[in-house]
Amino acid sequence: MKVILEFDRDRCKGCELCISVCPKQILALDKGSTNAKGYYPATVTDQDACIACASCARICPDSVISIYKE
Amino acid sequence: MTTVYRKTKGLQDTPLHYCPGCSHGIVHKLVGEVMEELGIIDTTIAVCPVGCAVFAGNYFACDTIEAAHGRAPAVATGIKRTHPDQPVFTYQGDGDLASIGAAEIVHAAMRGEKFTTIFINNAIYGMTGGQMAPTTLIGQRATTAPLGRTKDLHGEPIRMAEMLSTMGGLVYAERVCVADVPNIIKAKKAIKKAFEKQMNNEGFTFVEVLCACPTNWGMTTLDANRWVKEEMAAYYPLGVIKEV
Amino acid sequence: MKKELWKGNEAIAEAAIRAGCDCFFGYPITPQNEIPEYMALRMPQEGRVFVQSESEVAAINMVYGAAASGKRAMTSSSSPGVSLKQEGISYLAATNLPAVIVNVMRGGPGLGSIQPSQADYYQATRGGGNGDYRTVVLAPCNIQEAVDLTQEAFDLADAYRTPVVLLADGMIGQMMEPIVWRDIPKRECPPKDWAASGRNGRDKNVFLTSLLIEAADCEAHNLELEKKYRAIAEKEARWQERETEDCEILIVAYGTPSRIAMSAVEQLREKGIKAGLFRPITLWPFPEQALRQLAQQERVKSVLTVEMSLGQMVDDVRLAVNGAKPVYFEGRSGGSIPTVKEIVDAAERAWKGGL
Repeated sequence: MKVILEFDRDRCKGCELCISVCPKQILALDKGSTNAKGYYPATVTDQDACIACASCARICPDSVISIYKE
Repeated sequence: MTTVYRKTKGLQDTPLHYCPGCSHGIVHKLVGEVMEELGIIDTTIAVCPVGCAVFAGNYFACDTIEAAHGRAPAVATGIKRTHPDQPVFTYQGDGDLASIGAAEIVHAAMRGEKFTTIFINNAIYGMTGGQMAPTTLIGQRATTAPLGRTKDLHGEPIRMAEMLSTMGGLVYAERVCVADVPNIIKAKKAIKKAFEKQMNNEGFTFVEVLCACPTNWGMTTLDANRWVKEEMAAYYPLGVIKEV
Repeated sequence: MKKELWKGNEAIAEAAIRAGCDCFFGYPITPQNEIPEYMALRMPQEGRVFVQSESEVAAINMVYGAAASGKRAMTSSSSPGVSLKQEGISYLAATNLPAVIVNVMRGGPGLGSIQPSQADYYQATRGGGNGDYRTVVLAPCNIQEAVDLTQEAFDLADAYRTPVVLLADGMIGQMMEPIVWRDIPKRECPPKDWAASGRNGRDKNVFLTSLLIEAADCEAHNLELEKKYRAIAEKEARWQERETEDCEILIVAYGTPSRIAMSAVEQLREKGIKAGLFRPITLWPFPEQALRQLAQQERVKSVLTVEMSLGQMVDDVRLAVNGAKPVYFEGRSGGSIPTVKEIVDAAERAWKGGL
């Protein structure tokens, strides 16, 4: 089973709530570049470690994260 | 490919204008998810307030009417009485509901109006820039209580869920928060139950959501959510306040 | 047609029911209590909605909710209560929502008296609440007209998507007169496809709001409203003229004082003074053109405005007459009613002043 985490990058406001609730601690702000809103957006650092618990997606106020399994 | 989580159809695709980490976005999603799961996006009529959620009709997928400050329960009464078979809800902040609209919410509860109120309690006026709300905690600073709220000067904060639960027309009141994932799941259940009871014509239903306002509290998003759970929940106990 | 004896307030309520009013929201205040009382009994009998609200503020916002979701909604009150409704009326106007608001006026300011008055003319015709807007204002002078105008008010409101105020004084509300229930011509009213009544398969939701946070958007919206108000002003001004064909002194009055003024016209004519009456039926739009044309006639020496206030409509009369003739004023305030003699005396003074 493969988990796909999708980030709607330009909607992210960098609030870090997703990072704070990830049990695997595999989310981080992408400090490499800002998004269209001017924030450092959240991203996944180790997608293979994701267990698809959806905690990040549930707490995201801006519906940035979608999660699929294949 | 199976979907584990995607954005609800109960919300439009418009990006939200709320500040980073603001709880409004989470509560919007929960209401949208509940409307989607109950299959009522096409029939629900929402009433949004004056305050940060004044643009909520740009976000909720259902028809939405923007009310004058505090009057959402009266507006919802006019809608529900003339559309008794359609779900109606108000979405109101603490200044809107507990201050300027205190009369309207009390009497809607008294009459047992068959709509649902989602009450966003973040203990501050957000849109106008951090003034003291009726729900501001003792000691909490606000731009109109620069040294912090005191019992002598401002009185003690108002517990709306408990106060409204004294009304016979209110059949369900629960206080929840959205400061972490387990609480978000509970909050969604509460919102869903409130809608279901409304749709069963049981009476007035009320969900108070303790929310974070990191911008006006002057806190990081994570500190703000911690403050909700430690300080706010200590004064505003979480859980079912009344269920008939 | 059969004549029936009706009390003004009850007749207004029944007329609203016959006009297809779906819901009534109101709060007690003298001298209009018979309207909500009548509605409390009759609306449920018709399978329609009556709610006694917790305040006038709540009542007008219930009207706002019902109107926004596509229903024919009404509220009634008297002067101090109508002041409380102004917030909601401004929102209705701003959001292009139809509604009927009855004001059975009493003496003011403040708590005032409970006797008939016309001191809410400014409030009714100048918008009343905040912002650039107008409401259509209909002013009946007897119960038959109150009934006819109430029925038309709903059509006017729907046709133009705007709040309509029925401005009656306490005398119209409280007295009884014979009336006939006649069929009022119905207007073509556009479908309420703008209403927030549930998406029901629509591609997008309806979001009704009066918040236009950018100045340019708000101005554009107000210019649209203004266009509508100009159309109303062009098409909907109404008035009645009596004995004006040869009049030399023109009396302008509406509502109850217009009836007293008509008695004065008769007495003045017996004295050899050619008096006539111009009675605005719509206070907004004010029948400005008609009054101007009449006042400009050479034989008209002067104009006398009679009101149950200390002089409010007289401003509109002066704007209409625009200096062509002297405009005089006679009025009583606080619930007092002008007598025929007071009007005759004032008309004689005005007539001499115009010579």
